[in-house]
Amino acid sequence: MAVVNQQEVEQVAFLARLALAEAEAAKLASQLDQILQYVQQLQAIPTDEVKPTSHVLALSNITRPDQRQPCVPPEDVLRLAPERHNQFFKVPKIIE
Amino acid sequence: MSESLCRLPIHQLRQAIERGTCDPRELVHQLLDHITQRNPSLSAYMTVDPERLKRQLEERVQHGPRGRLFGIPITVKDNLCVTGEETTCASRMLTGFRPPYSATVIERLRAEGAIIIPRANMDEFAFGSSTETSHFGPTKNPRDPERVPGGSSGGSAAAVASDLALGALGTDTGGSIRQPAAFCGVVGLKPTYGRVSRYGLIAFASSLDQIGPITKDVTDCALLLSVIAGHDPKDSTSAPTKVDDYVGGLSPSLQGVRIGLPAFSDKGLDEMVRERVGEALKTLWRLGARPVEVALPHIDQSIATYYIIATAEASSNLARYDGVQYGYRAQEGKGQGARGEGEGSRSPKPTAQNALIAMYQRTRQEGFGEEAKRRIILGTYVLSRGYYDAYYLKGLKVRTLIKQGFDEAFKRCDVIVMPTSPTAAFRLGEKLDDPLQMYLSDIYTISANLAGVPAVSVPCGFTSNDQPVGLQLLANTFEEAKLLQVAYAYEQSTEWHHRKPVISEQ
Repeated sequence: MAVVNQQEVEQVAFLARLALAEAEAAKLASQLDQILQYVQQLQAIPTDEVKPTSHVLALSNITRPDQRQPCVPPEDVLRLAPERHNQFFKVPKIIE
Repeated sequence: MSESLCRLPIHQLRQAIERGTCDPRELVHQLLDHITQRNPSLSAYMTVDPERLKRQLEERVQHGPRGRLFGIPITVKDNLCVTGEETTCASRMLTGFRPPYSATVIERLRAEGAIIIPRANMDEFAFGSSTETSHFGPTKNPRDPERVPGGSSGGSAAAVASDLALGALGTDTGGSIRQPAAFCGVVGLKPTYGRVSRYGLIAFASSLDQIGPITKDVTDCALLLSVIAGHDPKDSTSAPTKVDDYVGGLSPSLQGVRIGLPAFSDKGLDEMVRERVGEALKTLWRLGARPVEVALPHIDQSIATYYIIATAEASSNLARYDGVQYGYRAQEGKGQGARGEGEGSRSPKPTAQNALIAMYQRTRQEGFGEEAKRRIILGTYVLSRGYYDAYYLKGLKVRTLIKQGFDEAFKRCDVIVMPTSPTAAFRLGEKLDDPLQMYLSDIYTISANLAGVPAVSVPCGFTSNDQPVGLQLLANTFEEAKLLQVAYAYEQSTEWHHRKPVISEQ
């Protein structure tokens, strides 16, 4: 039985801000289903007593002194923008 | 000393430069000639700008610090930011992007006098094991142009193997340094997570990514690691652990060294790879090492674990590519945005509420390649409400078990030995349309990333059709010195690292 169908893939793609073409969504659905079926093997491992590891080093709350440091000039960043207006990044109109 | 300087390891060239018998200008010009001749068929680099490189050479030779890499060109993968140099992750999404700052590893190389050669080819955003997902097109294996160089650091490994690079930096999230090093017959090291700063590395999976060297021999590997390793205030995940003397620690004896031999699934393990690794073990015993059986529980589930965690992190990291601040942006009105409106016959599909969301969608649809989209969707899926516990949380828990397995194993042994890859280099196109098969080629490399431990691949012979095989050594966290010492002792008792690809001599 399929773990994931095309409609779910399209929903997730929308959440991830991808506009898939029809054929692409169908192909991805079958590939993702195959991968998710493979991943199901983890369900057989008992983990009720196991703590999750999101990070392998025992580092926490790393801070540094709050001092002024040299930083990249705004112009060096703004000139990378696909579209800009003066000191702003320009995006399509959101409010009519 | 004039013939083929590019064939020599960095440590020999450094001595020659110090003695005055090698001129860095001659070295770089030879390398450039070689790149101009050979790169068009290999595509180890996406582009090389000879004039720009010559200007850098003059600046470096005249004003560069006379450090441990003075006059030595070092090649870097296209996901490491170099100020003003195009850095694209081999993706349409970042085509034309010239970062306003350099990665810490680049600064460290430059502080030792190195010349930086950017733009080594890679899988798009490091998603792949063959360098075939590069938007630029695939790199060829220098020993057989019909085969892949491995990936994702395939350009770096192919360049080092074919003498189009003296040494290189790659990155390794699930084997992306070690597997291409094995496929190309060179040395590749993934350091301990946190050993090398990731500042300026374009992120794939932040809890797994590490930068490491790909080199012609173990001594060069130790040298490059000693330059790039160390704490960096700009990367809060870099460890404040002391950096050992990796080069000084190299010795040919393995007396008393305990080699851990783990039980693992040999499904899909090529017979010739098994034989070469078996022979390598005999060499280790002859050098004085002794075998210890170790258990690595759940190592066979490492791929399933990895593809949950890595894609989850990737989907989050790649959310930043939205066409607003830098990189590619789809043109308004071009292409199909949020589709589904009025298609009647199918169930209602999600649609964009406004022009901004439609722009995001088109930008990401056009800017990302197929594998990137696959991983973004898979990662978004395993993180989404309703699936989080079953997939992502489960993956993090199994990761704990895998890590604990390594902790236990390293109480009983110094270094663990495994093959680097279950097969030698496969053919171009062979696995491109079967993502799961492609993922399975990383079966022996992935657990080191999940556990955060260092691992190195060294050449250990060839298959019957002359494809190199890699021997993988793993050590406990921050024990790179021990790892490199065993790798060095093995290498010095073999001739594999002297066998150059025939094709590079043409």
